[in-house]
Amino acid sequence: MSLVVRDLRVVFDTPKGPVWAVDGVDLEVAPGAVLGLVGESGSGKSVTLRAIARLLHANATVSGEVLWEDEDVLAMPPDRLRRLRGAEIGIVFQEPMAALNPVLTIGLQIDESLEAHTELDTKGRRARALELLDLVGIAAGGARLGQYPHEFSGGMRQRAMIAIALASSPKLLLADDPTTALDVTIQDQILRLLLRLKAELGMGLVLVTHDLGVVAQTCERVAVMYAGRVCEAGPVASVFASPRHAYTQALLRAMPGEGARAGAKLVPIPGQAPRLDRPAQGCAFQPRCTVSESACETRRPSMETDGDRRFACYAEARL
Amino acid sequence: MNKGTWLLGRLAQIVPSFVFIGIVVFVLARLLPGDPVSAVLGDHATDATVARITAQLGLDRSIPVQLLHFLGGVVQGEFGTSIAYRIPVSRLILERLPATLILTGLSMAIALALAVPLAFIAALKANRWPDLLIRGVFQVGLSTPIFYVGLLLLTVLAAWAHLFPVGGYGEGWGEHLWHLFLPALTLALSFAAVLMRSLRGAVLDVINAEFVDFARAKGLRARLVLGRHVLRNALIATVSLVGLQVGSLLGGAVITESVFAVPGVGRLMVESIFARDYPVIQALTLVLAVFVSLALLATDIVQMWLDPRVGK
Repeated sequence: MSLVVRDLRVVFDTPKGPVWAVDGVDLEVAPGAVLGLVGESGSGKSVTLRAIARLLHANATVSGEVLWEDEDVLAMPPDRLRRLRGAEIGIVFQEPMAALNPVLTIGLQIDESLEAHTELDTKGRRARALELLDLVGIAAGGARLGQYPHEFSGGMRQRAMIAIALASSPKLLLADDPTTALDVTIQDQILRLLLRLKAELGMGLVLVTHDLGVVAQTCERVAVMYAGRVCEAGPVASVFASPRHAYTQALLRAMPGEGARAGAKLVPIPGQAPRLDRPAQGCAFQPRCTVSESACETRRPSMETDGDRRFACYAEARL
Repeated sequence: MNKGTWLLGRLAQIVPSFVFIGIVVFVLARLLPGDPVSAVLGDHATDATVARITAQLGLDRSIPVQLLHFLGGVVQGEFGTSIAYRIPVSRLILERLPATLILTGLSMAIALALAVPLAFIAALKANRWPDLLIRGVFQVGLSTPIFYVGLLLLTVLAAWAHLFPVGGYGEGWGEHLWHLFLPALTLALSFAAVLMRSLRGAVLDVINAEFVDFARAKGLRARLVLGRHVLRNALIATVSLVGLQVGSLLGGAVITESVFAVPGVGRLMVESIFARDYPVIQALTLVLAVFVSLALLATDIVQMWLDPRVGK
């Protein structure tokens, strides 16, 4: 495994009291593998991603273990952390318009990354920047380098951000819902781009998304998150074919189907996501669950392992 | 629209605003109580003398003609003769202007040197003791009148400690800077306070921006993240404040120059008002207004340089 996350917890200290945003998450990513991290807004998937790269702000307390090639990320000194970020783990954010600095040229924003992590001289860095723009499918790179983010279209901005994240050839790319701000055709292009880059560069990919369709299309393994926890994880094909957590099943039923499930009736999930400032005693999904039993309310189901599947649901056998 | 045409447009904008300022100054001078003829002649002049001087000052012509004459003179740098000093107003102002420009320039430099680093420290330690201390000290600076701060600095640093001269201007650049340091510091304190508060707020706004997280995610050094990504964006909001403050800085120079006996245009303004020296008051108002306009133009140019989205 290149990345191992064990019992990751993130508590935000807010004026209204603590919020348990991530509550004991376990993840594993093999070198070159693609893991989908899926869940609805507020399930803690983005926070998990940022906690892995230690990008959370001072109001967050992070505990647990993040191991990168057997090295403890949470204990890394600043110098080592700086080399990890960018050079070994690249990160792509959700909103390229917000993530790119509006007052600096794209060229400078690529260049500073190369300057931080490579030994290239000015000329070499420019050549590499052009190569990167070409890699992510931005034509006429020479002119593009001198332009500012507001001179790029939405899809081009996301490509530029991916180019920046790839600048020093990381072994793992963390992508935080990189297609959500884009329209559908561009979404598809960006996903194809990520998959092509992953194959060409042999890097691993953690793809955070709220879109099961994206997971089905791109990922090998999936971890489904709900209320700050992973409720089910496993290979995408088998999880989608036979979910073993009530929430996964509900999510799949709410998604327009393809192939065998095409034409099936869509069933929305009732209620809304739970409040994280008052953690439930039992299963967090119980209030919205249609197959829950009395134990679900009082005792949190523990994670069970069956072959390459992991799940935490009392109703698993009845799904 | 590219930056060149934007800048040309901005410069063209300045011409009508100068004409407008000229008209306002002209009208204001005519609205002042008392009239220049009796100021020159006193109360006991004969009617014939009054008529002669009125004609000499051009006051017997119609108001529009007088206005055109005044504006025409301004264009040629001709402001008339000072009633109190009996020398051309333009020469008088040129003599006094350098002291004021050095004073305001120096105080702006002091204010920036104080405000920028302290604003960063305050923002990075927001609501912890360094922040509270910095804000507290500046709060006192901001709420204390300029003349009082000036007298305090004079008493402590000049009269007791003999570190600085009590007043005056000295000879040559070195002496000028040495003499003007205390008045500039006095003037800088309230300016620095305003600047520090604004910049601290701007840094706090920017420091949580997504692009700052992305810069950290790229593995950049903290110094580069702060100096390039945070400072530049935070300055955009603060630069316009600097331009707007130039006006109050010049206003503050009037008081400071009086307290420290600096022979600048601020003190000349005060003297001229007491002496009812209308040509000087008129010309000074115009000159100061032009300086404020130029400061605002400079602000816009700096802003354009900082923010590529300006002028698009």
